[in-house]
Amino acid sequence: MQEEGGVADLWLQFLLTIDATLRVATPLILCAMAGIFSEKSGIIDISLEGKMLMSAFAAAAVATLTSSALAGLVTAIGVSVLLGLLHGLASITLRGNQVISGLAINILASGLTVTIGIAMFKQGGQTPNLSRAERFRPIELPFAEQIGNLPLIGPIYREVISGHNILVWVALAAVLFTAFILTRTRFGLRLRAVGEKPEALDSAGVSVAKTRYLALIVAGVLCGMAGAYLSTAHGSGFVREMTAGKGYIALAAMIFGKWQPRGALLACLLFGFLEAVASRLQGVDVPLIGEAPVDLILALPYLLTVILLAGFVGKAMPPRAIGEPYVKER
Amino acid sequence: MTDASQMANGGSTSPLAIELSAINKSFGDVHANRDVNLKVVSGHIHGIIGENGAGKSTLVSILYGFYAADGGLISVNGQITTIRNSADAIGKGIGMVHQHFMLVPNFTVLENVMLGHEGSLSIEASAQKARNVLNKLSEDFGLTVDSDMIVENLPVGLQQRVEILKALFRGAEILILDEPTGVLTPQETEQLFDILRALREQGVTILLITHKLKEIMAITDDVSVMRDGEMVAHLKTAQTSPAELAELMVGRKVLLEVDHTPAKPGVPVLQAENLCLTTANGIDHLKDISLTLREGEIVGVAGVSGNGQSELLDVLSGITTPTSGSFRVGTNEITTQRPSDPAQLRRLGVAHVPEDRHKCGIILPFSAAESMILGYSGTDEQNQGWWLSPSALEQNCADRMHGFDIRPPLPSLASANFSGGNQQKIVLAREISTQPKLLLVGQPTRGVDIGAIEFIHKQLIALRNEGCAILLVSVELDEIMSLSDRILVMNNGQMVGELAREEADEQQLGLMMAGIGAEDGITTSQMRAGS
Repeated sequence: MQEEGGVADLWLQFLLTIDATLRVATPLILCAMAGIFSEKSGIIDISLEGKMLMSAFAAAAVATLTSSALAGLVTAIGVSVLLGLLHGLASITLRGNQVISGLAINILASGLTVTIGIAMFKQGGQTPNLSRAERFRPIELPFAEQIGNLPLIGPIYREVISGHNILVWVALAAVLFTAFILTRTRFGLRLRAVGEKPEALDSAGVSVAKTRYLALIVAGVLCGMAGAYLSTAHGSGFVREMTAGKGYIALAAMIFGKWQPRGALLACLLFGFLEAVASRLQGVDVPLIGEAPVDLILALPYLLTVILLAGFVGKAMPPRAIGEPYVKER
Repeated sequence: MTDASQMANGGSTSPLAIELSAINKSFGDVHANRDVNLKVVSGHIHGIIGENGAGKSTLVSILYGFYAADGGLISVNGQITTIRNSADAIGKGIGMVHQHFMLVPNFTVLENVMLGHEGSLSIEASAQKARNVLNKLSEDFGLTVDSDMIVENLPVGLQQRVEILKALFRGAEILILDEPTGVLTPQETEQLFDILRALREQGVTILLITHKLKEIMAITDDVSVMRDGEMVAHLKTAQTSPAELAELMVGRKVLLEVDHTPAKPGVPVLQAENLCLTTANGIDHLKDISLTLREGEIVGVAGVSGNGQSELLDVLSGITTPTSGSFRVGTNEITTQRPSDPAQLRRLGVAHVPEDRHKCGIILPFSAAESMILGYSGTDEQNQGWWLSPSALEQNCADRMHGFDIRPPLPSLASANFSGGNQQKIVLAREISTQPKLLLVGQPTRGVDIGAIEFIHKQLIALRNEGCAILLVSVELDEIMSLSDRILVMNNGQMVGELAREEADEQQLGLMMAGIGAEDGITTSQMRAGS
């Protein structure tokens, strides 16, 4: 009896970790898909971080003012798309350096969110705490309690599948959406072509700039959702620098996934899992090791990415024309 | 299409597929096209010949909508039109096969052909439709390509075929080919010409841009000559001669044949024995290469590009270390265990004109004077104590520019601002001026205009006459045949044959380059009797 209870408890602990993984991975997944769109089109997108931060603020601020999480989400998407267009203006139309432009957006977002936040809400850069009505609420699936009481399988349904807010599902759908767009549609074909060999697309009579702008707009939409998730679904309000490098982790996950939706999804889940494990193990004594090496676990995503980029875990093939502004030859 | 081809034979009443009048285009100070007029008869193969930088590519880029003309009129099939971008050109039935292929390397043939003309939003249905059209095109014109192959895995000849298919898929009735044969073997070129003839049969109008006289004579119906951005002549191909065209291109008489006196080979300068080069992932680039080079001879290495010639140059110049085997320069032996490097070999009198001047020959943003001393910056004449001496650099460069007729003669001008021919002369001047014992030279006249080719060839012969041993790697068979005293043929990393200057002809070299009939003369003659 005692034994059985222990196993069941361990199983529950595991499922809770998986549940946390999904919640932590959601913004990463949305951001990584956004990164795939930008980077497949040949635009380096380190501005994922800034776009997410800015839209997190916009979502929380508008949700506070209108008491509507949906209005917040729409605004967040709008703001993120605008930043994407700014990135496009600098790097497509004006042929500037894409890394510098992305960096500028990140710095801009970091400063602007706090400045506007203080001006609007006078809470040191935070937005007021959102009530339940102003947030995306967990969706309890039907019969969660009844099915949840079934042994072993039940908790999977109750803890892992049920009880997520809509944006978690949107993030998972975004992976399918991205894969579908890339491989099955005309836009996807052109998107992949423009990141590999823009002159081929140009000579085929398709505008390179238009295709890249479109890619940045789609990326903006996905990034905006990631931001809104952070402040109005996962959290309950905006906190300064609340993205805390998630944009960069998403970028790393995308590279780790070799610019492919499925690979990026798995990388995001892995990174999310490590983070979930680390927070569960906080202060826990592990047999033989002693206190759990939480910092090491948190650093793993970065180490893995560095190792991948160094070429130890298969070869990552970035789009060939990435980072190069398109200029017709002489 | 059939109407056009019937009427095309009607002489002066033939409809015009393209008419250009008074086209002008400037890039900054450079007047690339000056009042260019051109009439291309429908259903003809029309050649435009001219030196590099004569404005041919600019002209067809305007026609294909890559650049907007500063002024002038374009008529397609008798109607004045404006072509603002490639989509406009495609809409008017103009297709283009670019010199540097416009193919997405990691896409399949099918995806490349569809790109931009997918038809529907979803590509599933359009892929099937495209596949059917492709099959039909390949039947009609003998353009066979496996549509599911990844383009970058195809040989260059087939990649070009994909480019042609792409244009036809978009409904091109006027096909522009910009220097299409630069990367092809003689056999592939012949196949291309067969395809072009088949296209002409079907009424397709073809505009062929080239700097090769032989191709103009072989396949075109009409020819226009460009020089310095202007059209200088429009001729019927049947009524002209290579000599006349060459003179029109350059504006003066050109010596097409090099003045080649018999060689007087002396002692061996370079002896290579069983050189092998295998990459880390097991690909053999060089297999048992043995060769000897003597003072005062030019040995040509013929071969389709990518059969180990580049690697041979890399090994002999010290850039790569052979996996096994050895070579001896003078009394110094270089082996895997005792490798060398370019600097050491240079001190031993080995000079190297690399195949790709942009990648290894010069540094484009550097001034000509700086590019002129790459690899030799440590020599005393360039330095004052620890410091480079700018005045010595400039003086040295000015002298060589004078000696090699490099234009414009401005040592401080960035290397990028010289034409291809003059950049090549910079590299050549640098390497030759050290009086090398052995000169390794790769593609000495790639992308170089006729005037400069003539000059470079003369320099190489002169150097040979002074006793230098020269190893010449080139994909231009004409160049190999007119300069070499002996010709080695490479195929798939091996030396597959050697011919004396007198016994080499293009047919036989072509077969050997393709790896056929290399072992003995009997097979070769059988092959020839058979074909």
